Amino acid sequence: MTIGDNQTPMMNGAYLGSGDLPQRPPPVMSRGAIAWVRENLFSSIPNTIMTLLGIWILWQIVPPTLDFLIFDAVWDGTGRDACLESVRKAPVGACWAFAKVRLGYFFYGQYPIDERWRVDTVWVMGAIGVIWLLWPRVPYKNWGSLYFFLIFPVIAFFLLVGTPTFGLQKVPTNLWGGVLVTLVLSTVGIVFSLPLGVLLALGRRSQLPLIRLFAVIFIEFVRGVPLITVLFMANVMLPLFLPDGWRPDSLLRVLVGIALFAAAYMAEVVRGGLQAIGRGQYEGAQSLGLGYWQMMVLIILPQALKIVIPNIVNTFIGLFKDTTLVSIVGIFDFLKTIEASFVDPRWATPVTRATGYAFAAIFYFIFCWGMSQYSQWMERKLATGHKR
Amino acid sequence: MNIFLKAAAFGAAALGLSVTAASAQGVLQKTKDRGQVVCGTGLGIAGFGMPDEKGVWKGIDIDYCRAIAAAIFNDPMKVKTVSLTAKDRFTALQSGEIDVLVRTTTWTMSRDTSLGLNFAGINYYDGQGFMVRKSMNIKSALELNGASVCTQQGTTTELNLADYFRANKMKYEVVAFVTNDETIKAYEAGRCDVFTTDASGLFAERLKFQKPDDHMILPEIISKEPLAASVRHGDDQWFDLVKWVHFAMLNAEELGVTQANVDQMLKSDNPEIKRLLGTEGKFGEMIGVPNDWVVRIVKHVGNYGEVFERNVGMGSPLKIERGKNNLWTKGGLQYAPPIR
Repeated sequence: MTIGDNQTPMMNGAYLGSGDLPQRPPPVMSRGAIAWVRENLFSSIPNTIMTLLGIWILWQIVPPTLDFLIFDAVWDGTGRDACLESVRKAPVGACWAFAKVRLGYFFYGQYPIDERWRVDTVWVMGAIGVIWLLWPRVPYKNWGSLYFFLIFPVIAFFLLVGTPTFGLQKVPTNLWGGVLVTLVLSTVGIVFSLPLGVLLALGRRSQLPLIRLFAVIFIEFVRGVPLITVLFMANVMLPLFLPDGWRPDSLLRVLVGIALFAAAYMAEVVRGGLQAIGRGQYEGAQSLGLGYWQMMVLIILPQALKIVIPNIVNTFIGLFKDTTLVSIVGIFDFLKTIEASFVDPRWATPVTRATGYAFAAIFYFIFCWGMSQYSQWMERKLATGHKR
Repeated sequence: MNIFLKAAAFGAAALGLSVTAASAQGVLQKTKDRGQVVCGTGLGIAGFGMPDEKGVWKGIDIDYCRAIAAAIFNDPMKVKTVSLTAKDRFTALQSGEIDVLVRTTTWTMSRDTSLGLNFAGINYYDGQGFMVRKSMNIKSALELNGASVCTQQGTTTELNLADYFRANKMKYEVVAFVTNDETIKAYEAGRCDVFTTDASGLFAERLKFQKPDDHMILPEIISKEPLAASVRHGDDQWFDLVKWVHFAMLNAEELGVTQANVDQMLKSDNPEIKRLLGTEGKFGEMIGVPNDWVVRIVKHVGNYGEVFERNVGMGSPLKIERGKNNLWTKGGLQYAPPIR
């Protein structure tokens, strides 16, 4: 006789069931959301206290933040009256009207309005390049790198700077500003710092004393001074040393400074990866008859770089935010354009400043979080038995 | 050898000694070749120099530059602005990165002499002032005995304050903060009765309050802050030009020449107006620009009064009264030598 078989004959004692009881769900307290809450949030007295405390803190922070950012925010207006509590007779949150009016300035700085399509074109081209390279499903990666590292920079340069021969009016870099400058600085910094950093890291582990010495001096010297010092040096002191009339563009000076600075940090990150690769990998490569560059490019670096992805992205995120430092040498990056807008008396209100900084925070968060998410996804994808 | 010279020059600059940019070519000629006047400006000061929504710089300082460009090129937009921090501004001028510095810079003796600058027109007479709540019912700074005063730490503001109260035998209590923002917040929150900083700054800060109309700025100005344009030592032709652009704008206001009526004024019989607008005499040539230089300035930028009203005066949200910046004929300090 098998249980679950409804053919069970009736016996004398009527206590024997004639079939299975219907299946019932587990008790309410041990399943689903309630159980999860009980087990995770209220399992003990300290846990309960911490939970209540957490809820209280969230209650203190989240509703006012949402009120400020969304519910009480002012979305439309033409001047400070729109964002004044005394005029509106209602609580005033973020003055997004201010950000809206200033949006063009935040994104392009003083770039002439009629020429801003050039910046837009560069952004679209850059986005295509980034997606091509970073999204694994898109084919022809070789063409992608050729496009992003050679064709795109050349076109971008001629578009942004302007070439009178093609009928594009020249736009000097002192007119550049806002998101444009932030993206130019960080893209150039990121794109140059990685290969430079790899070279410096290899140089530091080189057998050739001269190369090693150069790499060590460069890395230690650059890491030994704050970025602000480098920027000041580039901006204030360089013009005093150089002959009259031979004065590199101030944005270019800062770009070079940032790229070299980031390269020194990147070198140490990459060196960490190189040191994590076992000696056997080197010996194995050598026993196959590979030369130094073949060994590095085909065997060592792919493994080493994979290990240090989190650190590389960490450096990139740091670099992206460090670009805000250029404002101290008078270059109007995204944050500085926002700050410069605070002084506008037509929009001077108690909430203008908070609105500007909230806008900046959202912008920087989206970029940094995006980079971080991409790197984590890439790590999972590349975790071929190397996960530690 | 050259490197040594440069190093020596830098050393001298670092020590605050005078550096003379020994250049064979004058700044005016260089400016003409370049097709642009390079102006040193700030990072954004309300009414004096700040970018508007379109990214175009506006302000009383910027208009000074635009007037120079108008006189030279007949185009006020031929100005390149270089934004400078307070620390960078003198180096930028000494190194020749900018042609003229118009950045709310106070004319002081040490800057005029040992820093190697020449100060041209004073385009704004500023000075330290006081802001109080209207509810305090005070009409003069001399009634501030026993008041608590919010101010920024380590500035000349704090020293001027001490001098003023001591000279007038009044007691006061200082509540000092590190940044300007903290100071203004504390004042608004009621931590002190009085807020003090440069008067032009008081007007700009007042707009950021919840209720700006509850506060008033007292008439007393307790320090001298003549804000002027400056150029490098050693190029008198350029110095003259920068100086006379300001004087021309003042003379235009004094003679009633405005942006609107400048074309009719060209037909005026008044000899002073004739000399000003270049229908008589060759005054433009004396500073190396065409003789209709003032017509260009007034047409494109306006006279001094128009520039003032538009940027900081009643035509702007700042609503600063002319006060000391009025013409000498109307009880102010703005006085220009005659063009003759």
